[in-house]
Amino acid sequence: MAAGDVAKTRSHSRIAAKTDKAAIVLTVNGERYEFEIGRRTDAVDPAQTLAQTLRENLRLTGTKISCDHGACSACTVIMDGKPILSCMTLTVECDGKSITTIEGLEDRQTGHLHPLQQAVINNSAFQCGFCTPGKIMTAKALLDRNPDPTEGEIKEALAGNFCRCISHYGVIRSVKEAAGKRSETHD
Amino acid sequence: MTEKFRHIGKATPRKDAREIVTGKAQYIDDLHPPKMLYGKSLKSPYPHAIIKNIDTTKAEAYPGVRAVLTHKNVPTWRAGTPPHRRLLDGKVRFVGDGVALVAADTPEIAEEATELITVEYEQLPAVYDVEEALKSGAPQLYDEFPGNLFPRGAPEFGHKALQEIVLGNVEEGFQEADFIAEGTYAYENLPNPLPPEPPGVIAQWEGPNQLTIWISSQSASMNRLVSQPFMGLADVRAISTQCGGSYGTKNGNLIQIGWAAALARATARPVKIYLTKEEHMATYTLRLGSRMQGKIGIKKDGTVTAVSARWLVNAGAASETAQGMVAVGCGEAQLALRCKNWNFQPHVVCTNRNPSGVVRGFGGQELKSALMPLVTIALEKAALDPLEFYKKNFIKPGDGYFWRDGNWHVCRAADYTKAMVQGAEAFGWQEKWKGWGRATTVAGAKRTGVGVSVHGNADVGEDPSEAYVRLNPDGTAVVSICASESGMGQRSSLCKMVAEVLDLPLDKVNMTPPDTLVNPFDFGLVGSRGTYALGTAVINAAEDAKKKLFALAAPAMNLKPEELATKDGLLFDPYNPERKPIPWRRVLGIMQTCQGEGRFETDFTLPNFMTVFAEVEVDTETGKADLKRIVTASDCGRIIDPLVLEGQLHGSLGAAGTDTALFEETIIDERNGRIMNCNMIDYKWRTYPDLPEFITVILETPMPSHRFGAIGIGEISTAPGPAAVLMAIYNAIGTRIMDYPATPDKILKALGKKGGTR
Repeated sequence: MAAGDVAKTRSHSRIAAKTDKAAIVLTVNGERYEFEIGRRTDAVDPAQTLAQTLRENLRLTGTKISCDHGACSACTVIMDGKPILSCMTLTVECDGKSITTIEGLEDRQTGHLHPLQQAVINNSAFQCGFCTPGKIMTAKALLDRNPDPTEGEIKEALAGNFCRCISHYGVIRSVKEAAGKRSETHD
Repeated sequence: MTEKFRHIGKATPRKDAREIVTGKAQYIDDLHPPKMLYGKSLKSPYPHAIIKNIDTTKAEAYPGVRAVLTHKNVPTWRAGTPPHRRLLDGKVRFVGDGVALVAADTPEIAEEATELITVEYEQLPAVYDVEEALKSGAPQLYDEFPGNLFPRGAPEFGHKALQEIVLGNVEEGFQEADFIAEGTYAYENLPNPLPPEPPGVIAQWEGPNQLTIWISSQSASMNRLVSQPFMGLADVRAISTQCGGSYGTKNGNLIQIGWAAALARATARPVKIYLTKEEHMATYTLRLGSRMQGKIGIKKDGTVTAVSARWLVNAGAASETAQGMVAVGCGEAQLALRCKNWNFQPHVVCTNRNPSGVVRGFGGQELKSALMPLVTIALEKAALDPLEFYKKNFIKPGDGYFWRDGNWHVCRAADYTKAMVQGAEAFGWQEKWKGWGRATTVAGAKRTGVGVSVHGNADVGEDPSEAYVRLNPDGTAVVSICASESGMGQRSSLCKMVAEVLDLPLDKVNMTPPDTLVNPFDFGLVGSRGTYALGTAVINAAEDAKKKLFALAAPAMNLKPEELATKDGLLFDPYNPERKPIPWRRVLGIMQTCQGEGRFETDFTLPNFMTVFAEVEVDTETGKADLKRIVTASDCGRIIDPLVLEGQLHGSLGAAGTDTALFEETIIDERNGRIMNCNMIDYKWRTYPDLPEFITVILETPMPSHRFGAIGIGEISTAPGPAAVLMAIYNAIGTRIMDYPATPDKILKALGKKGGTR
């Protein structure tokens, strides 16, 4: 997504926030969505979490809810460049924010996977796969701010990501592989 | 390795890999059938009470509520062994037991409505400890189980199912012994395997006695098998969604299935029951508690002369299949200890803790975690190296054992001594083992110790499997077998086996969805049976399809069927390379397929094997024990996919596995019966920075199983871990911890330092 698009959406949302508190704007995977705040079926309830909005209103079910109390990182998405727990974030607090979910990593033009996604496949770095989207998003945020992390930095970044099948070792290999590839390609 | 394979043994991407990494894989909570309602339960706040009155009028009147059920109007289905656990009962037996059910338009409305139900309880005294529960005058949980003893026997394993081990003469055996050890070990921390995706099911009635369930399942076929007798022989169609982890726990799940089905019947709409994390941790089935009061006799050379034990099994408020787990545990005891004299007596006891259910390790992990430490007391007396003892005593080809069906079987598997030796070399056992109660290294307050344990299970060939393989004219094949995907990668591995038999590219072989309506019978992906049992069925089906195709093609090619070969969807004459191959469609046309059938019959003669070597560092100042290094070693006959196999072995740490020796436990406050750590902050789990160095050693000695000589080992990877870690802690600190987990407070107490809150 071009940086200009984000800026445009943001300025629009600021205006929207000033003039009409009953609606918010989110940019999700580069697409702009406007939501009414309220209790109607298609609206966003003030008590709704971002994870619920993504899953239920936008049907972006790749973001998983596991513990629903901020302890397992399965729901991790990237908001304005930072990994956040979408189960602990109220949607009404996200007005004007730009969010990337697991569905937004694939290159829509070419169908190419993000290097991290490809590395996870190459290393069979998942078993049940339920916590995989959260781990990929956490790792992407790490590589975005630190393109060449040490093993210790990888472990520290993923410290909050619960995985019960113990696919940790494969995930660490995958992050290293993706870091190596990224320096050669894009992103 | 002499045989060359196109796919077998190679790391290939799992067929569902792209869906997993892009978030497109559909788990149970990602499904939204039209008109679906949400079910929630009202839970008992008391561990033991009679419901005197229950008033649901306010809940029924709450906008958005579609049905409210109580013990008065719920179907009379009973789950468990023998059937005893009702969907809802007039008596509650643990904190979290179901009291009422609500179906509503949203989960929030359903939850709010449960709070509008008023219940008058008559509280009863509760009991949590197995020995207390067996005393006269103890609170009684069920009228039909006097003395709080569940009846013996596991009808699902046949009328002769193994209930105990009685063999030879233990009195004589103890007289022959040079050393006798006695003691009590307890593995009662009731860990929750805690798959990241909580259990969930959607039920919809298609007719008066015809039910469809979509379920997050390890084995849709098992769900159908056990649901039918449970729900009045309803014709149950079970469809697995992608399953976000099971570790055994999502094979039965009958109560949630029953709740969803009862609410769906009451509302004539599909109903989803999807537990929250707290509900999952506080109310779902947990591992059996295991306490063993035992006596072991051995000779100086490590020959086991007698084993006698009273095995107290805490099945909690209901037994999903504790007796079946006892049967398998009793079989597994004999695989690890070659002994002629046994008197091994299990007692399955009900208490006011969560019901017990199927968990990876299925009776064997619970048994081994208590029995093997007991054995080590005898080994210490005899000053024997445990590795040498296990090499001598783990079952060898030609040895016999009683298995879960109560019959005597003779081992045909490999001699696993070589796997133990190679594992020991990778670990450096010889250098690190310093003798019993002796640390490997001491550096200030930090002491390291090493431990080893073994496990084996003859269930890799339990129960039948059926499969079809259909060849399409376009050179593709479709495998029909009811295989769910809960993380073991078996759907991909089975396709690999078929691709190997048919010599097709992997992407030309696909599998039908895990749906009992479209697939033939299978017992389920349990007990490591996928590789051998399901594998045999698909291999046989592929061979049969190929044979039928060759019979069709032979006249057209002017050859005998047995002279033909196929590769990449082309038929050819292997003895005449110049003759042009012809595609399958030239034989089949475009409107015909060719289907083969395959079946696997029960075989209990191939025990699998796993050994775990553990190096643990104990900080004697803080009492904290850290697993620094682990080596798992086995022989699986043939590796189907090295990365998938490695994943199963790494999985030995979490999911109520090896970490139950260190920190995993469910803590019940016995003043009120409530679980104190039913959230993911207070329930401890291993994180990335705490990973030990992990080495896997896998041998490939072809087994007499199927065409590829492979057997499964995934399920048992957790089972030897706890005993190995407990041994390592003993060797580090020189004082025995007799129950799990070895938390800092227990270690400090054992060291005679202040500490310990229990």
